[in-house]
Amino acid sequence: MSTKQTIAHAPPQSASRNLETFYYDNTIVRNFAFATTFWGVAGMLVGLIVAIQMVIPTLTDGISFLSFGRIRPLHTNAVIFAFVGNGIYMGVYYSLQRLTKARMWSDLLSRIHFWGWQAIILSALISLPLGISSGKEYAELEWPIDIAITLVWVIFGVNMFMTIIKRRERHLYVAIWFFIATWITVAVLHIVNNIEIPVNFIKSYPIYAGVQDALVQWWYGHNAVAFFLTTPYLGLMYYFIPKAANRPVYSYRLSIIHFWALIFIYIWAGPHHLLYTSLPDWAQSLGTVFSVMLIAPSWGGMLNGLLTLRGAWDRVRTDPVLKFMVVAVTAYGMATFEGPMLSIKTVNAISHFTDWTIAHVHVGALGWNGFLTFGILYWLIPKMWKTKLFSTKLANAHFWIGTLGIVFYCIPLYWAGWTQSMMWKEFTADGFLAYPNFLETVVQIIPMYIMRILGGTMYLVGVFMMVYNMIKTIQSGSFLAQEKSEAPALEKGFKAAKNEYWHRWIERRPVQMLVLSLVLILIGGLVEMIPTFMIESNVPKIASVQPYTPLELQGRDLYVKEGCYTCHSQMVRPFRSETERYGEYSKSGEFVYDYPFQWGSKRTGPDLHRIGGKYPDSWHYHHMLDPRQMSPGSIMPAYQWMITNDMDLSTTAKKIRVMQTLGVPYPEGYAEQANDDLLRQADEIVANLKASGIEYFVVGETVVPAEKMRDKEIIAMIAYLQRLGTDIKAEVQAEK
Amino acid sequence: MSAIFILIGFSLVVALAFLVAFLWAIRNGQYEDDYSPAVRMLFDPSTDSDE
Repeated sequence: MSTKQTIAHAPPQSASRNLETFYYDNTIVRNFAFATTFWGVAGMLVGLIVAIQMVIPTLTDGISFLSFGRIRPLHTNAVIFAFVGNGIYMGVYYSLQRLTKARMWSDLLSRIHFWGWQAIILSALISLPLGISSGKEYAELEWPIDIAITLVWVIFGVNMFMTIIKRRERHLYVAIWFFIATWITVAVLHIVNNIEIPVNFIKSYPIYAGVQDALVQWWYGHNAVAFFLTTPYLGLMYYFIPKAANRPVYSYRLSIIHFWALIFIYIWAGPHHLLYTSLPDWAQSLGTVFSVMLIAPSWGGMLNGLLTLRGAWDRVRTDPVLKFMVVAVTAYGMATFEGPMLSIKTVNAISHFTDWTIAHVHVGALGWNGFLTFGILYWLIPKMWKTKLFSTKLANAHFWIGTLGIVFYCIPLYWAGWTQSMMWKEFTADGFLAYPNFLETVVQIIPMYIMRILGGTMYLVGVFMMVYNMIKTIQSGSFLAQEKSEAPALEKGFKAAKNEYWHRWIERRPVQMLVLSLVLILIGGLVEMIPTFMIESNVPKIASVQPYTPLELQGRDLYVKEGCYTCHSQMVRPFRSETERYGEYSKSGEFVYDYPFQWGSKRTGPDLHRIGGKYPDSWHYHHMLDPRQMSPGSIMPAYQWMITNDMDLSTTAKKIRVMQTLGVPYPEGYAEQANDDLLRQADEIVANLKASGIEYFVVGETVVPAEKMRDKEIIAMIAYLQRLGTDIKAEVQAEK
Repeated sequence: MSAIFILIGFSLVVALAFLVAFLWAIRNGQYEDDYSPAVRMLFDPSTDSDE
């Protein structure tokens, strides 16, 4: 129980309002600040590793838990949820207390929140490299962790809302509105996108498949950007920039207007991730229109932030805190202009699947989220330790090297994205692809990948400078754990009668009563509708599309586990340049059994949706064992462990049963005979390999003898790859 | 494609919640004064001590 809560001191002449003395909790802010810094360094280090892997694919050769496909999600989760996440909490816990003029409602909940979140990060750190992944971007963490996230988020929400309710400042400053919107929306997004049926403790299938899953995933994904990377940071901007500059927000009225506009418009912009896919045209257009409309409220925020520095621009020249904040807000403006532009179909046709998207992400991530976090840290640490920043010079140097880092990161990737896209689309005068070999387009942009490593390294070096500066600052100061303050209590309005029946409270509030009822009804309705829709709708629209065989299903789950979707797409768009390169464009009906969908967001390697039947089984074996044997110059990592690891056949029956629950039409009782079919198909593939001269497997010193070949993961992977895109091939051939 | 009903449904619920909050804010008089909050937040009666 907190001993630092309200201690009412009545002044000698009794005034109409009691002045209360209380203490702000700085300890929790300090803890989150340390976590932010620690995980920022960790997450960016992983980012550097994956960047180097793209140029030196043999960097972590043979080490499965360091392979690109597994640690790319580690990087994204670390920088989003561990770095920005802890940054959000650091900023919210500091600002919310002072804006409400109240200590956090519960010290216990604060501590549970902190340790709970770090435990979640740790579980991600362990599970992701092991390949325990749901295969959905920024939602890779499997179901036990999803539950933990929900619980911790609720605890955070309770603490936050109770603090707001117990506030001593009646007006809710705009930052608080941003925090509230963040909390509500993230809760809904996380829950809806992570509804999954477990197979075992470390594996589950989402209840959505194919196109459905893509829709839900990108509704979630875009809104994660909106309500985790943007709205909470706008809230922080509205607190920390005025504080750091000691200037009021340029236009408080504008902040109100753009807040409400922003949160209403953002939710509808999600479809811009699915342009030129099988989403209906009207939904794509809706996404485009709302994304373009979003420029207005976003720039409202940017302008408000920048113009707050009117009268303080001279201090930007010398103060590193203000420098970081100005560039952060500018980067926010850049990213929120670029985003809407990328949402326009003609632009998206060029940018999708290229490094342009990565560049765009990092303008926002490094510029907006990174720099605002650094600015806040540089301001907050000296304040909480009651001292001056150890070295302003070093902080300024960090600013410059960090800015250059962003430039050297993003500009090469713009160049790479544009170059590669143009090469993909170029035709010769005779009407053939100018660069039919995908590898040619990869080799062309390696120099830009090298430049990006330089940019990322510079950015990270800057962060190390900050860590050093922070440590020296802390050493020279003394931490103020409990910050004393005083404010009068809020006047109470209507006082309820003592011992009133509890229900009277809502009876006095007809509007809330109505809304609450409505919400409850809607929730109830949705809970009933969701399973109905999801299961009934998974009826094949294309008759020739069949469920995956057990072996192919195991192979598909390996594809998800190894994170193949981080480099390969499975969505051939209806452009001639794509149909010439890959084959028939992808139809929505082909994906009805894909739990989860694996359309991918990036083509570091070629699209795989029509790979089935293109190469013999032996090609795939050699390619997985050493990609450069089959594709000289390839930057794909090798998957040697797939050739020596046994498949886990103990999960087959359960997987089939879960699939049946989800509506996939396996025959009744099939689960029990699934492994028989699996091994039969495995034997066929082994026979193919032997016919091509592969009598046994060799990986380094390990030999897999002929009779053990059928047990290995590579067999399942080959089965899955050979199945991809073949369901409609017969139909297409017949039409031709 | 039927997932769109769920998505529109939940988005509407959230949007509705925001609308309610917006109306509450107006009725509660949160925006009667849209000037002083910006200035008031700059003042902090908190001291540098914990005594």
